This record gives sequence, structure tokens and C-alpha cells, in this order.
Amino acid sequence: MNRPLPMDKPQDPASESIQAHFKLSHDSFTLDVDLQLPGKGVSGFFGHSGSGKTSCLRCFAGLEKPQEGYLKVNGEVWQDSQNGLFMPPHKRAIGYVFQEANLFPHLSVLGNLQYGLKRIPSTLRQVPLQQAVELLGIGHLLKRMPDKLSGGERQRVAIARALLCSPKLLLMDEPLAALDPKRKSEVLPYLEQLHGQLQIPVIYVSHSADEIGRLADHLVVLEDGRVQATGPLKQTLVRDDLPFIFEADAEAVVDGHVCDFDQHYRLLSIRLNGSDSVLKLPHSMLENGQPVRVKIKARDVSINLQKAHDSSILNLIPAQVVSIVSLDGQAQVLIHAAVGEEHIVARITRYSFDRLKLLPQQQVWLQIKSVSLLGTA
Amino acid sequence: MPLSNDDLSAIWLTLELASLTTVLLLLIGTPIAWWLARTDSWLKRPVGAVVALPLVLPPTVIGFYLLIALGPNGYIGQLTESLGWGILTFSFTGLVIGSVFYSLPFVVQPLQNAFESIGNAPLEAAATLRASKLDTFFSVVIPLARPGFITASILGFAHTVGEFGVVLMIGGNIPGKTQVVSVQIYNHVETLQYTQAHWLAGGMLLFSFVVLLALYSSRQAKQGWQS
Repeated sequence: MNRPLPMDKPQDPASESIQAHFKLSHDSFTLDVDLQLPGKGVSGFFGHSGSGKTSCLRCFAGLEKPQEGYLKVNGEVWQDSQNGLFMPPHKRAIGYVFQEANLFPHLSVLGNLQYGLKRIPSTLRQVPLQQAVELLGIGHLLKRMPDKLSGGERQRVAIARALLCSPKLLLMDEPLAALDPKRKSEVLPYLEQLHGQLQIPVIYVSHSADEIGRLADHLVVLEDGRVQATGPLKQTLVRDDLPFIFEADAEAVVDGHVCDFDQHYRLLSIRLNGSDSVLKLPHSMLENGQPVRVKIKARDVSINLQKAHDSSILNLIPAQVVSIVSLDGQAQVLIHAAVGEEHIVARITRYSFDRLKLLPQQQVWLQIKSVSLLGTA
Repeated sequence: MPLSNDDLSAIWLTLELASLTTVLLLLIGTPIAWWLARTDSWLKRPVGAVVALPLVLPPTVIGFYLLIALGPNGYIGQLTESLGWGILTFSFTGLVIGSVFYSLPFVVQPLQNAFESIGNAPLEAAATLRASKLDTFFSVVIPLARPGFITASILGFAHTVGEFGVVLMIGGNIPGKTQVVSVQIYNHVETLQYTQAHWLAGGMLLFSFVVLLALYSSRQAKQGWQS
């Protein structure tokens, strides 16, 4: 069970890569990507819904036929529109895991697993049924029908079914997106295990920065049908920062205590833990000394080098830059700053970042446009 | 025995006609239904309307045009004659052809609905699992559309058993050749043989009831299976 899946023989390094170019437009959407991906490991395709990541994956599978397309996987050309080459999906050595498992309802779990396996010549079969079943922990489900499985079990069967096709490229379209958090945590360990054992390239599409951070080696960020950034994940950014940089609603949660209430303006003052800084926000009165927790969105925080005067913005607090998260090709940069014991994140444009010449340890002023009370801690 | 030899041969002929027609209709109707379910062509609506015509046309109209087309001066009649098959009007083969036209919508429409309800997802899954289109049709589409095939077969068979107007127009009333049960009932009533008419009519009533009961039961079972 722990030996690597014997899926692909080592080839010369030059051919161990995936080259893809797809240009597809229908209605108001255009996908135009040019990619060079490693021939091994997991490439995480990250983007918000509508960014084109699923369309792109469908192009890899041949389920979508782009007007212009070129695809070469570890030395084999699957598609080349200039030479009129288009391999239909069933001729491509792929495994495809759909968002909604997509098991055949008329076949048992075993029948589903064997569906692809039976269609591979036995000399080309590289994953024995038993191994796939063990790897995904579905041995006890083989006789069941798909409608008698939980969402997580269905997805594990779907992954095993795709592996049994002995793919040379495994494509996964948000395999966890349709699952609730509990089911997600039931499947994720299997994916992580696969990641360690698969010798073939995997393209993993997701809008969850957390999944990408846990599973991917190589990162591709898609936005509006175009590649925003691509590179090895570790070099491109620190894993822990992934959720912050991408999620539109990057935010910080900070703790403090109520220290004052202005009756006239109905403003509540909160002193942040471990500092003298005070945040003010419109709120009803709370008792002095009561612990509270507030949420500050990164996009509501801007950075000044000096204390600004005469601003309409209420909250202006000193802070120290801790770290800077910047991703090639992204227009925005995320700054982590410390205020006493608490951390606040600011999202600023790359332009402003370069103009201010920000460095770690630097003292700055944070200008906070909006603060919301999360609840009393 | 209240049934005469003519009655028995009419029953036998009816069953033969309905069985053969149903088999032919499944063979012809399946590709038409598949095409109607999957195409985006502008021809979809016109073809769908033509297939549905027998639902609204009086059977005599279909019978009249078939009589002309299959007759010695019609295009089909000239073709069959030049092929050495002779003229098909007033023959069992003619009845089969008429029945296929007449019952076509009863087979195509349930199949088309069944194919449409399968959707794209299972077909795409099959394609990513190395199944060609034809392979997918036999290994995924037909099993998933099974309730549709059952409904189509039952309706096609029962509707053919119940036809009268088309038969009379192109088949006439030849015992053992084109005289089916519905026509035989007409003969009995014309000659005031009400007892025999009762037996055949009652039999048809019972048959139709059993068929519809089976159909509705199978639909319920299908819904139970889906939920």
C-alpha cells in the first residue's frame, strides 16, 4: 500500500512536462491560456467561480473543443488545432473526477470501478483494482449502489474509478466542493495520500485556497479566463499566506476590551490587547472592560508612512510591518502588520507598495475605514 | 366456443402485427428519439412535429396517403414493384408499414423524454472512462433509459392493437391476411353478431386495462428507484 503507484515509467526530463494552449470563446466568456506545467506532481488551478478553471480542465480532457488548442502531455501530443489533431476524450489517457462524483446510477460501486478498467487493454493496466480500493478505503462499499453512498464515499469511489483507467494525467474538478466540511475532512486525507504516491501529473481545480495550499506543488491562478500567475507553490508564496492573498475577503480578527463610549456620537472605543491603540466604531453602549472581538477586512485598511491629519477616517493606529505577501502578476499586495499582540492585514496595490518602499520591521500608520464587532469574546 | 376461426385468426394476426411493429418501431424510433433529444439543429422542431402528426390526424388521412403512396401509381408502390415485391396495399406488409407510421409518436416520445432526462453528465463520465459514443450508448444510455424503453414498447404495442382506420384504408378486410380484431368487431356489429362482438370487444377492454395498469405500475416502480 505504501509503494508508489507504478503508473508511469521515468522518462527523460525534457519530455516530462505538460504544454497546453487553449483559446475558447462562447457567449461573453473567453478562455485564453498558455501553460507549461510540470510533468509530475499536483498543479493547483485556483480561481473564483467564473474564472474559467473548469472550462480549462474540460479542454485538457477534450470535453470542450476550443477553437485553438495545443496539448502535449509528457511527450505525447493529444491536440494540435494547427494540424487538425483532436483526440476525443475516450482516446486520451486521462482520469477525470467530476465535482458531483457522477457515478453511473445503474451500476454498483464495483461495476463503476470496473467500467473504465474493462476498457483498458490488460497490458496497459497499471493500477490493480485491489490497490485502488485499498488506497481509497472503499472495500466495504463494493456491492452498494451509488444512491446508498454518502457524498464523501461517492467521491472516493469516483477517484478510484478514475485511477483505474491508468491515466497519464489525472484531472480533478473541485472534488470536494459539493461536500460539507465533515465529508470534506473525510476525503482530504485520501487526496493527500494520493499526492504522495502518484507518479503522474495531476491538475487539481479549486476555489479553496486551503485545499490548494495542502495539495498543490505548482500553482496556476486564473482570472477572467486568463492566467494571472503560475509557478512552484513554495516559491510563489508562503503556504500559510495563500488564503489571505486570494480570498477576496481576507480579514483579520483582533481582540480587545471596551474602554469608552461616546454618548453624543454613539461611538464605542476598544483598546487592542497589548497596546495603547484604540479603535472606534459606531455601536450601542457596552460596559467598560468588557472583552470584545472585532473584524477588519484587508481591503478596508490602507497604509500611511506618517500620521495623517484631518482625515474623515476615524481609526488611525501605529503598527509595525511584519511580512509582505506578494504574488507575481497580482495587482495587489498583502501586508501583515502588528499592533501590540494583534495582527492586522492590509491589501494595497502593488503600485502603492513600490511607491512607499515598504519593508519588514518598518513603522507605519494603518488607516482603517471600517471595523465591525464580531461579538463579545 | 363463442369465438369463430376467423375471430381466432384475427386475434393471432393482431398480435403478430403489433409485435412486429413494436420491434421495428424500437429500431427506427431509437435513433430518431436520440437525435431529437441531442440535436440543436433547426430541423429538430419540424421533425418533432412530423413524428407527432399521427397524434392529431384522423387515421383515415394517414391511411389515405399511404394507400396512394403504396398503390400501383404511388412512388413507393412503383419502387416495390420494380424490386419485385409487388404492391403492398391490402397485404400484411402494408399493414406493418401503416402501423409503423401510425404508432411512431407513441414510441419516439417516451424514448426522447428518457434520453433527455439522462443529461450530459453520465455521457461525459463514460467518455472520460474510455467508452466511445456507441459503447456509451449501449453501456450507459440504454440501461438508464430502460423505463423509457418499457413505456415505448407497451404504448407502441397497445396502440397498434387498437388501430382501425389505417387498417381499413390500406388493408381492407381480408380474413387471415389483414383482418385484425378491431376490424373483426366492426364486421360482427355490421352483421348483428353482438355476442361475438361482445367477446372481442370485452377482450380488448380487458387487454387495454391490463396494459395501462402495467404501465402505471412500472412508472411508479421507476420513481421509487430514482428517489
